Amino acid sequence: MSERIDQWRGVASDDSEEVTASLSVLLRRRSRRLLGSLLRPYRQGLLWALVLIVVENACALAAPYLVRVGIDRGIPPLQRGGSGALQPLVTVGVALTVAALVQAATYDAFMRTTGRVGQSVLLDLRQRLFDHFQKLSLAFHERYTSGRVISRQTSDVEAIAELVTTGVDTVVTAVLSVGTIAVILLVLDLPLGLAVLLVFPLVVALTAWFRRHSERAYRATREAVALVIVHFVESLGGIRAVHAFRREPRNQEIFDDVNDRYRAANVHSARLAGVYGPGVRGLGHLTTVVVLLYGGSRVVDGQMTLGVLAAYLLYLRRFFEPLQELSQFYNLFQAAAAGLEKISGILAEDPSVPEPERPVALLSPRGDVRLDRVSFGYRPGAPVLNDFSLHIPAGQTLALVGLTGAGKSTVARLIARFYDPRAGRVTLDDVDVRDLPDDVLRRTVAMVTQEGFLFSGTVADNIALGRPDASRDEVEAAARAIGAHEFIAALPAGYDSDVRKRGGRLSSGQRQLVAFARAFLADPQVLILDEATSSLDIPSERLVQRALRSLLADRTAVIIAHRLSTVEIADRVVVIDDGSIIEDGAPDELRLGHGEYARLQQAWQDSLI
Amino acid sequence: MLWRLRGYVRPHAGLVTGMVITAIVGLGAGTLIPLVSKAVVDGPVRRGDAGAIVPLAGLALALGAFDITLAVWRRFVQARVAMDIETNIRNDLYAHLQRLSVGFHDRWQSGQLLSRAMSDASAIRRLLGFGAIFFVGNATLFLAVVVMLVRLHAGLAALAAVTAIPIAWLSLQFERRYSAVSRQVQDDQGDLTTHIEEAATGIRVIKAFGRRQYVADSFGAQARVLRDSSMDAVRVRARFWSLLGVVPNLAMAATLVAGALLVGRGSLTLGGLVAFVTLLFLLVFPLQAQGWILAMAEEAASAATRIFEILDDQPEIRERPGAVALATSHGHLRFEDVGFAYPGQDHAVLRHVDLDVAPGETVALVGMSGSGKTTLATLVPRLYDVTAGRVTLDGHDVRDLTLSSLRRHVGVAFEDPLLFSASVRENLLLGSPDASDEDLDRALEVAQAGFARDLPWGLDTRVGEQGLSLSGGQRQRLALARAIIGRPRVLVLDDPLSALDIHTESQVEEALARVLHGTTALIVVHRPSTVALADRVALLEDGTIVATGTHHDLLEQVPAYRAVLSQEAEGRPEAELAG
Repeated sequence: MSERIDQWRGVASDDSEEVTASLSVLLRRRSRRLLGSLLRPYRQGLLWALVLIVVENACALAAPYLVRVGIDRGIPPLQRGGSGALQPLVTVGVALTVAALVQAATYDAFMRTTGRVGQSVLLDLRQRLFDHFQKLSLAFHERYTSGRVISRQTSDVEAIAELVTTGVDTVVTAVLSVGTIAVILLVLDLPLGLAVLLVFPLVVALTAWFRRHSERAYRATREAVALVIVHFVESLGGIRAVHAFRREPRNQEIFDDVNDRYRAANVHSARLAGVYGPGVRGLGHLTTVVVLLYGGSRVVDGQMTLGVLAAYLLYLRRFFEPLQELSQFYNLFQAAAAGLEKISGILAEDPSVPEPERPVALLSPRGDVRLDRVSFGYRPGAPVLNDFSLHIPAGQTLALVGLTGAGKSTVARLIARFYDPRAGRVTLDDVDVRDLPDDVLRRTVAMVTQEGFLFSGTVADNIALGRPDASRDEVEAAARAIGAHEFIAALPAGYDSDVRKRGGRLSSGQRQLVAFARAFLADPQVLILDEATSSLDIPSERLVQRALRSLLADRTAVIIAHRLSTVEIADRVVVIDDGSIIEDGAPDELRLGHGEYARLQQAWQDSLI
Repeated sequence: MLWRLRGYVRPHAGLVTGMVITAIVGLGAGTLIPLVSKAVVDGPVRRGDAGAIVPLAGLALALGAFDITLAVWRRFVQARVAMDIETNIRNDLYAHLQRLSVGFHDRWQSGQLLSRAMSDASAIRRLLGFGAIFFVGNATLFLAVVVMLVRLHAGLAALAAVTAIPIAWLSLQFERRYSAVSRQVQDDQGDLTTHIEEAATGIRVIKAFGRRQYVADSFGAQARVLRDSSMDAVRVRARFWSLLGVVPNLAMAATLVAGALLVGRGSLTLGGLVAFVTLLFLLVFPLQAQGWILAMAEEAASAATRIFEILDDQPEIRERPGAVALATSHGHLRFEDVGFAYPGQDHAVLRHVDLDVAPGETVALVGMSGSGKTTLATLVPRLYDVTAGRVTLDGHDVRDLTLSSLRRHVGVAFEDPLLFSASVRENLLLGSPDASDEDLDRALEVAQAGFARDLPWGLDTRVGEQGLSLSGGQRQRLALARAIIGRPRVLVLDDPLSALDIHTESQVEEALARVLHGTTALIVVHRPSTVALADRVALLEDGTIVATGTHHDLLEQVPAYRAVLSQEAEGRPEAELAG
């Protein structure tokens, strides 16, 4: 089974998920730290919840005690008869009623308080995780895949949510009950109490066994569910290809397979819990037998009253029921801990493109870009750029030309700081981009790529992503400027038309136009166009070029395009081959020469009508 | 709604019955233990006969061991049954989602689909696998305790039984409110998942524009919506559960007073009262548990509703009864008066399209963005169905062919390459898992995709999701190789070379020309160079074909064609530089 999965997935370098014992301790410590930091802001709420649950428990525990008082003190006067004989019994009855009402009120308040804390913690965790994923570099995302990003943020968080919504009240109640009852048992009758508490080491041993095995089991479920989600999200995201290539049976096979692994992992962990839970109950039964034997003989010997034995039997139940609940909670906790472990792993992942610790302010960026002896490769041992230097003066429009794989897009991505160079530096106005705060850098440098990714929402929303505070007029002006207004206006609801999932309502050319409008609206000092016109029809491309001419007049631009028509608006052309610059000059000058650009230009002209 | 899930439980009917029986028997054994305790208190202890305790204690031990054995067995079976049910629901949902047409997937956010397949399926599992058994066990325990209470003292039991009335009323109230609340939580969860999914897949754009704060804000807003609806659920539960707890406690107070009076009168033994109260305490937990089983049931019911919303949606594109499996195809493709509009829209994307592509002929589709080229192309493999007219392959309406035979004969490369995070080989063999190594070699050669062999693990290298670790041109070449690998009779290529540099493009064109010789092809084209591959060109304007002919004829005779395809139109200043 596993072999088939691996064949399907192919090989990548980040697959090792084996966890050694020492690493396991480290992981546990890391997730505990995370949990601590999540709970810390809610100390007050938790304290209040603790007070409430103590009161609630006091009321709950008072009931058997009051029953005992009722039996021991209320009944003898009745048997004796006489006036006022009812008095003690009525007092007990009233006390029981009051206890019941107070218990309900405090329980309600407790549930709300812990619910509020729990939901706030989840909200914090979700936001923290979401933001951290956004901070992580593209290199991380490419390696990790969006399916796993989604899995961490849904399934793992839900495992924790389950703990938060169903677990917290039982655990506090249970711990308190067990503690209080242990004390009561000791106070009622010390020797019998000690005998009963002998069961504790057994419970601890059972728990240790469970922890050791369930930790591994739940970790396996987290990994299995991620595979299910990855496959689910990807195959439905690419449903066109799935249908067109009759991929359904194979997909189903793979899905059955990953789903089956997930099932097996779940069954395994559920069975561990299935031994642990009843095991705790069994220890409870064992204790009852001990109480009957030892306690009974103590009553017979006159060392204990009958009422105490009766109370003991009642308390025992109240002792082991919460203990069993604790075991259930511990099970939930282990499941959540595995999720927390994965999440804390993400949060511990340093952005390989981190925010500077001491950011340098850039008040009015001019857009002077320089790559200074930069080396970079996506994989170790496979350099794309080596000791690469390039200076783009402010206001210049530079075209990067070269064959696929020459390193053009890499240069663009380094300028936009999607990646950081392994050696050398990239500067903007002589400031290393690594020293610039992210928002300043992003405001100054914007990039339009081939994909033209659209988010669900309206056309206007998608354009406004370039500058969220832009007015509708500004959005329309941007669309008009690049020639997208006509088709947008022709949509059923114009700018308010929903683009549907991934912009499915628009053609790829239209998506690129929207992406352009977005960049136009963002109005950055440095604009990078990476194959941003590849899907445009020629008339649209012309319109875009006209818009670019005025847009780029006073700003720095880097244009990467296979269509040399787009290159013609550049002030300067740099031809890259195999990671180094082989030609550099004005377009006309290079075109009339005998170099690579002249050759490419000739081929391009030949390809035209 | 839950009743509709019975099909998933039925295969396990035997085991489920076994679980119910063991749950009841086990509870019986558990309940007998307090009675044994009572016997000990009332018998040997009262009599002062320490020796007689031992056999009774032995009985309690035996009962306990029996209870535990049954419990472990039940939990083991339960683990399997519950997960089987969840797994089957998820598998069915996935299978159905794969069948549902592209139109459905255009409408539905995948986050909503994901949350149904994962969280909702688990909600159902929790009820069917755990809650339902628990419910039966609980109800039985309840009944058993009631029977024993009646036997101990009928009058006292009647007093305790009155409590059933407020409990039933509370439960009804709760059910009504909680079903709405839990549906809301699940929907909000789905919306949040959509946010997560989009932010994960759109990470490049978010980074390119530095919109981290913006997406974080909108995610935060949605996460707060979920928090608020979850808090509503918490509040409803808190109120219900605490009220549910108060009822038996009040019953306890009344019972104690009444029972003590009875003992005083001598109509009940002291041990009897102890047992009665002990049994009454036994009711507290099942009642509490009933509270959360009800909550669980409501959650499962709304989860089931959400799942059946999808399972009930019929694929718009399906095989007609008696569909023909086309064993071999000549590749004669015809569009006859074809019209198309996306569902729910008046505006027709395609109108009266007539086009006959002879076997072996290559036709280029040319037109402005949004003129309907891509839509026309997607009609051939039936990713969408025409809304007027028909598309035929070898004279058969494509809707009369089996989907698998139609799609076997039609190879497709989309403008968006759509690669999956699987090995390069798996991606290439997507449509033809049985393709030979020669086919693979040939396809890689034609698409100039030899780079795939130089990846760290060759063709076994996992390409990142959507092929993110590859360049746009590399992805496009893999997609092209994938389309031609199975030697389909008909090729539909949507702007297949847009991301290639001019050098690679000409190499691919040269190789592709050999493949197209003898293959019927429909190619969506934006560049003049690619038009050269075509025998004939069809010009689309606003959803209909306005001209067909050879490239040169159209260039000379149709100004609109020139405008779409020629670099030199509109007297641009660069025009004189060109050529």
